[in-house]
Amino acid sequence: MSRFPRLALIISVLVLGSAAHGDSASAEPAIALGRAALPEEIAAWDIDVRPDGVGLPSGKGSVKQGEELFLQQCAACHGEFGEGAGRWPAVAGGRGSLTDDNPGKAIGAYWPYVSTIFDYVRRSMPFGNAQSLTSDEVYAVTAFLLFINDVVGDDFVLSPETFTSVRLPNANGFYEDDREITERALWNREPCMINCKSEVMILNRARVLDVTPEDAKGAGSVD
Amino acid sequence: MDNGTTRSQRFGRRRFLGAAGAGTAALLAASAARSATPDPAITEVQDWARGLGDGVATRPYGMPSEFEKHVVRRDVEWLTASRQSSVSFTPLHSLDGVITPSGLCFERHHAGIADIDPAKHRLMINGLVDRQMVYTLDDLKRFPGRVGRIHFLECAANTGMEWRGAQLNGCQFTHGMVHNVAYTGIPLRMLLDHCGVRTNGRWLLAEGGDAAAMTRSLPLDKAMKDCLVAWAMNGEALRPEQGYPLRLVVPGWEGNMWVKWLRRIEVGDQPWHHREETSKYTDLLADGRARRFTWIMDAKSVVANPSPQAPLRHRGPNVLSGLAWSGRDAIRRVDVSLDGGRNWRTARIDEPVLSPSFVRFYAEFDWNGSELLVQSRAIDATGYVQPTKHELRRFRGTNSIYHNNGIQTWLVRPNGETENVEIS
Repeated sequence: MSRFPRLALIISVLVLGSAAHGDSASAEPAIALGRAALPEEIAAWDIDVRPDGVGLPSGKGSVKQGEELFLQQCAACHGEFGEGAGRWPAVAGGRGSLTDDNPGKAIGAYWPYVSTIFDYVRRSMPFGNAQSLTSDEVYAVTAFLLFINDVVGDDFVLSPETFTSVRLPNANGFYEDDREITERALWNREPCMINCKSEVMILNRARVLDVTPEDAKGAGSVD
Repeated sequence: MDNGTTRSQRFGRRRFLGAAGAGTAALLAASAARSATPDPAITEVQDWARGLGDGVATRPYGMPSEFEKHVVRRDVEWLTASRQSSVSFTPLHSLDGVITPSGLCFERHHAGIADIDPAKHRLMINGLVDRQMVYTLDDLKRFPGRVGRIHFLECAANTGMEWRGAQLNGCQFTHGMVHNVAYTGIPLRMLLDHCGVRTNGRWLLAEGGDAAAMTRSLPLDKAMKDCLVAWAMNGEALRPEQGYPLRLVVPGWEGNMWVKWLRRIEVGDQPWHHREETSKYTDLLADGRARRFTWIMDAKSVVANPSPQAPLRHRGPNVLSGLAWSGRDAIRRVDVSLDGGRNWRTARIDEPVLSPSFVRFYAEFDWNGSELLVQSRAIDATGYVQPTKHELRRFRGTNSIYHNNGIQTWLVRPNGETENVEIS
């Protein structure tokens, strides 16, 4: 609070008001704004799940149940085998391609945690009808996604009990931002100002690709 | 700028003009040429100078002139499967100064624009706090400590289509996933203190109230340092596209973390590793491994004029204009080149210089119609020098999608036409 001296004054006045009731610091906020969140309200919105399984609801779902749901609710965009329809994202395939020119970043190829699939399906899918699946259905769809990514067998049942036993292939493929170490050469160099290169060649041009929207193109004309 | 800079600037300017190939005397003669016939724009009485225009309040919410209809956000249809989960781009080439008009700020939605009734909007704070709370907008607007701050917001994928070479022909498309806005709100710290973060609280999860319920993990230190919960932009309520009625402001960090339609903040002891911080917004490097939690936006700049959508139209005097920003610290200097980086001159940075925020830079030059290769290079107060695209690829490869802050090159042809190119 030292950064807001005037604020500290206001708060101390407000605290005097609530101190008259003899409340402990943890029971009442210093400023009488907002209200306590009710357990039902927290349960309605706090649906996030972590890699260690914290946040999982009770329930379960099998690969077979998930297949049926996937074909009904997901395949129109993601393809019957998770390969992606049109420009909609693939959710399977691409294993072992992370160093290729066109790396596959679908679940089995790239995603680190099962919880990420479960949480995302639970909060955001199906696209346009979010949060319409029951917990059992989210378990089932997640199980099916694991199956089509060759992570589990076709008899697998996903539940809070089996959840943390499943590991995704690329779980160890991530590390913390290290730009300040590995790219430190970009700092504290004296940039060249004069005669920095002998010649400059044009290596490629956007015009050759010609993928810019038509109405944005500017024609040349000079006076 | 200090005296040293001014000296080098003067020296640089001579070189710079030389590089543009300007024959100063000839250009002056051309631009001062007399008009042969009187200008009807002056000699004839125009309609708007004779009759009455619209009265007051016939335009209760003022819009730009009809002659500015081309100044709009644009999208690139082939990029995404639907407009509900897509992006539109800020027309940087049509703007000036450092504030982006609210209606032109780029959009990135994951489930379309949520139209939220503010009377039904709530902000919940739960998890590792002494008091799990619910606030209405009225509650937030009664909090002490309200502040205004001007910050840039750049999508981590800005310039992401350019990793393999020049692709899109316009700085709206190559660099338009960025805007700079004056926000009003309260420091997130105020709310966290109000709820009493427990000693084991280390991370926050911010969640949106749209149909994507988008989430990002945010370290508590950043939240306590300078994040805001904002309800206003550029002096009025947030636009629906920008998260009305409430969004998170995370200064200097990638735009995806600035959760729009903010409805909940959870305090926890670990990050959540949700979809937007694992399968997206992680930077795949050449060895097949990926950096995660690359939150900070490195120093970057772009020349907006000239650029492919804003070609040069006149020989003689011209004003090069552009934007620079850094998520690490204030922009200290911007250099510009007209000859593809052979020679550089320090540009003039206009006021205000805030951080982390856009700065506007200018460099006046004479153009004799010769081919130009226009570049800009930003340097921030941490000493970071914006790299060339080749330098960046040496560290990152070409698969990382995100955080492409390499130096942009525009080729200006003798007819003024300007193209996105890559050079040696």
